[in-house]
Amino acid sequence: MIKDDIRSYFPILNQEINGHPLVYLDSAATSQKPIQVIEAIKNYYEFENSNVHRGVHTLGNRATDSYEGAREKIRKFINANSTEEIIFTRGTTTALNIVAQSYGRTHVGEGDEIVITYMEHHSNLIPWQQLAKEKGATLKYIDLESDGTLSLEKVRATITDKTKIVSMAYASNVLGTINPIKEITAIAHEHGAVMVVDGAQGVPHFKTDVQDLDCDFLAFSGHKMCGPTGIGVLYGKKALLENMEPVEFGGEMIDFVGLHESTWKELPWKFEGGTPIIAGAIGLGAAIDFLQEIGMDTIEKHEHDLSRYAIDHMQTIKGLSIYGPQDPAKRSGLVTFNLDDVHPHDVATVLDMNGIAVRAGHHCAQPLMKWLQCTATARASFYIYNNEEDIDRLVAGLRTAKEYFADVFE
Amino acid sequence: MSLNNLDQLYRSVIMDHYKKPRNKGALEGSNVTIDMNNPTCGDRIRLTLQVNNGIVEDAKFDGEGCSISMSSASMMTQTVKGKTVEEAQNLAHIFSDMMLGKEYDDSIDLGDVEALSGVSKFPARIKCATLAWKAMEKGVQNESENK
Repeated sequence: MIKDDIRSYFPILNQEINGHPLVYLDSAATSQKPIQVIEAIKNYYEFENSNVHRGVHTLGNRATDSYEGAREKIRKFINANSTEEIIFTRGTTTALNIVAQSYGRTHVGEGDEIVITYMEHHSNLIPWQQLAKEKGATLKYIDLESDGTLSLEKVRATITDKTKIVSMAYASNVLGTINPIKEITAIAHEHGAVMVVDGAQGVPHFKTDVQDLDCDFLAFSGHKMCGPTGIGVLYGKKALLENMEPVEFGGEMIDFVGLHESTWKELPWKFEGGTPIIAGAIGLGAAIDFLQEIGMDTIEKHEHDLSRYAIDHMQTIKGLSIYGPQDPAKRSGLVTFNLDDVHPHDVATVLDMNGIAVRAGHHCAQPLMKWLQCTATARASFYIYNNEEDIDRLVAGLRTAKEYFADVFE
Repeated sequence: MSLNNLDQLYRSVIMDHYKKPRNKGALEGSNVTIDMNNPTCGDRIRLTLQVNNGIVEDAKFDGEGCSISMSSASMMTQTVKGKTVEEAQNLAHIFSDMMLGKEYDDSIDLGDVEALSGVSKFPARIKCATLAWKAMEKGVQNESENK
């Protein structure tokens, strides 16, 4: 387990909420930021702020070096071949939309198939739904096993030679399921389809190696991995990105502009129209330094241990049901649950009055809620700064909620 | 533990409406049907009304959601039944003011609805309470525009 002194790097954790020390269990929505990241952004604005890739002046060079330095940190972090394959975006949603609108529009036609799963976040569902509608293609869903995992048999049965794109979450934001991306990528490739990975709930939590996975695209967000909001990454294989058209046009992304024709900069800049998210990228670079100092393997183990501890203790509450794989080895660091007939909003309000922040609702995954046959759930998600004491507080809070509402449902 | 704070939200009247919702189901022969949901949390309601000659003669609701949204729907139907469209719209305004923590017109007897005043202290839950009222407002407005 990661030592507790890590919490001292997160100023926000040192406060009381509704008269109780804050227990933050909503990192799957957004993680907290360590002082190193906050300082990096502050330092940029205090000493380097300038536009990138255009200034002849010294500040412009400093800003460009820091911005491009962050790109190199990200390349190393996910083991991409080259920084040409690392495109800065606003977040996972934007990254996935670039793939759908650029690659998708030119490679998907009438009668083709796009394959996703029932566990997708809306951001990895609606871009494909729109593309399928526009092109007259079919959007197919891989069915889930009863424990919320994917079976390779069903993956094989769904992907066909008509499939042009397979897209799925590395880890589910509701079930916690970690999907066998490497194996599924191989199946997609056998059929000539490209593999798109929504890494929003994966990249922050365990080692991601795009060359080992052999995926064609990977999208993720900075703010779920200790970085600031408003910055994310689209990784794409160079050979694919080279043949893709930009989706945003304007300054920064052009090579030559004529009255009736223009040409684009080389990779990765042709996808980064306008003044880029400079401070965001630098903040994300600092977040990656911070995570790597702890070690992604250590982070993964820490979250597994916490999930196991949480599942063991939450299961002692009568009437509490946990969704997704019960085996902590098959899941990431989050637990989605419902408590008897108490609506998750009511559960979350009682927890909030105890200083405990959890998510309640449909988690931007309405088709999955339908599959689970519920309209909403509550979710506790863990990160590096959480410890067993946080989970003890959660369990105590849940018992309070159960007692509080007991007379309503007797 | 701030149980006292929780009691401001979960008043016994509210829990009673949650446990035993009034006017639950679909109204047969209704002439107004409104579906509304709260996209951020998944709560949804179908409100059916019988509006004739500018009067909300009958109202029923169906749906899924938390104790606040469902009890509020139950109370709303109870309150607007028999009221004129104008009175119902006025009640919706009063309710909205109450939720925003503003001073509201207390000359009108709100009955059980008054119990929801504590929701204003829980900003995250205001949308739960207002869902049914928004559906009603939309419903009576559509009906009066059609006339």
